[in-house]
Amino acid sequence: MSLEQFKNRNVGVQNYTTLDVGVSPTTNKAKFVQFITRAVKGELFVGLWVTGKAMFKALFQGDMHTVKYPFEKMPISPRYRAIHDMLRLLESGSYRCIGCGLCEKICISNCISMDTRYDENQRKEVSEYTINFGRCIFCGYCAEVCPELAIVHGPRYENASEQRAGFSLFEDMLTPIDKLNLQQEYDGFGAISPNADENIKQTPLAY
Amino acid sequence: MGETVVDLLPEVTWVGVLIKAVLILAIISALAGFGTFIERKVLAFMQRRLGPMHVGPYGLLQIAADGIKLFTKEDIIPQNANKFIFKIAPVITAATAFIALSAVPVFPDFTIPEFIPVLGGVFVPSIASDLNIGILFVLGMMAAGLYGPLLAGMSQANKWGIIGAARTAVQFLSYEVVTGLSILAPIMLVGSLSFVDFNNYQHDEGVWMMFYQPVAFVLFLIAGFAETNRTPFDLLEHEAEVVSGYATEYSGMRWGMFFIGEYANMITISVIASIVFMGGYNPETMLFGFSIGWLLIMLKIAFFFFLMLWVRASWPHIRPDQLMWLCWKVLMPLALINILITALVVMV
Repeated sequence: MSLEQFKNRNVGVQNYTTLDVGVSPTTNKAKFVQFITRAVKGELFVGLWVTGKAMFKALFQGDMHTVKYPFEKMPISPRYRAIHDMLRLLESGSYRCIGCGLCEKICISNCISMDTRYDENQRKEVSEYTINFGRCIFCGYCAEVCPELAIVHGPRYENASEQRAGFSLFEDMLTPIDKLNLQQEYDGFGAISPNADENIKQTPLAY
Repeated sequence: MGETVVDLLPEVTWVGVLIKAVLILAIISALAGFGTFIERKVLAFMQRRLGPMHVGPYGLLQIAADGIKLFTKEDIIPQNANKFIFKIAPVITAATAFIALSAVPVFPDFTIPEFIPVLGGVFVPSIASDLNIGILFVLGMMAAGLYGPLLAGMSQANKWGIIGAARTAVQFLSYEVVTGLSILAPIMLVGSLSFVDFNNYQHDEGVWMMFYQPVAFVLFLIAGFAETNRTPFDLLEHEAEVVSGYATEYSGMRWGMFFIGEYANMITISVIASIVFMGGYNPETMLFGFSIGWLLIMLKIAFFFFLMLWVRASWPHIRPDQLMWLCWKVLMPLALINILITALVVMV
């Protein structure tokens, strides 16, 4: 393929329909005829019909597009990076974090700080773990680097707080033990949103 | 003398007129507030939204919330404004809108039922004053209402306000001739300027005036939209072009009075269109043995009010020069031809 072909590879194959804008009249007689045809064509009533139909559909056929936000929420994409969640192991219920400290190391805004110790079985456990959401830029490196899929980004995006430094403790982000069966596995950064099937459309470009 | 309040009430006594005036003021200003709610709701539905929902059931108390907001807002008067004119301009708009309604009959005359304590059996003509020049008075008052925007725009020392005032003048010069000429043809048929005579004429003929005078009806509707400053002709305060036009510097209740006036004018135009062109109230329209003329005219008024909102949701608005072109070069000749033909028919 030559460069010229490559540049024009999408031109003229999409079946564009050109709008029929007609020709602007020049003579007075043609102007008058255009005025009369437009005046009696009833295009204004077409406009009324469109809005009237929209109102009828919205009222009686449930075609209302308002999302009453605090009471109902749109499904959020799994790619969205919101407040972190700490996941548990589904079998035992103990938390997945092994205290390796990779998330603390990789955090580019230095908002994760953790402290670990050895427990009585000489296994490492997390004694302190906080994320400062006043500093966090939600880059997602911590979730990406975690070898155990312990820290992930959850769906909680309402993170307004009274102070700039909003700390979140390990226990706050940890899946509650009684809600273990509701724990969602993290789909990963390439995942599609739950309502992806509804949103799918045919691509307009003909390759 | 033994004269009680009840004896003073019928017809033209000052007590009756006073009561009616207070009723008009109370009901119409409440309806004007309610009109803003209806407008927001209808526009929302046509755009597939819900509109106000949170204050009261289905947002019904939104008008109360808006009212409290308007009353408690700071009333700012610009430093370089002509303060006296700035202050009275909203009053002109609101007052003329209510004065216009005093000569408009809305319901058939009725007698207060006997079982109501003090007032039972009193005959009530449902018009504050049945002027023999009713139509001229109402149209004149509504036209005088445009002095509100004009003075407001010129007094506020704001460039957007000046543009709004200039547009008011353009609009005023454009539609006024069409309003008068379009309604002249029905007047020639009826031979009276009183609204009551219009109603009775259509009752006697058995046909609505809009079928006798379709051209006059359409012309009057177009001019009415321009007169009430509604969407195809909302040049005065079109936000996308002139910020808020004549109302740019207004805040609080002064701003609110402009809008009470505008919505009262919408109601007035709806009432005039219903009475002059769509049969009005007809006290002898019966349904199951009850006179339903009052209900029908309410439906007609509601239809015209809804039409204004519907048009606002559907149509784009035009430029001031287009409005002038339309009114002087298209509508006025049409109105004159209509008058000529009507005159020939009446003469023959």
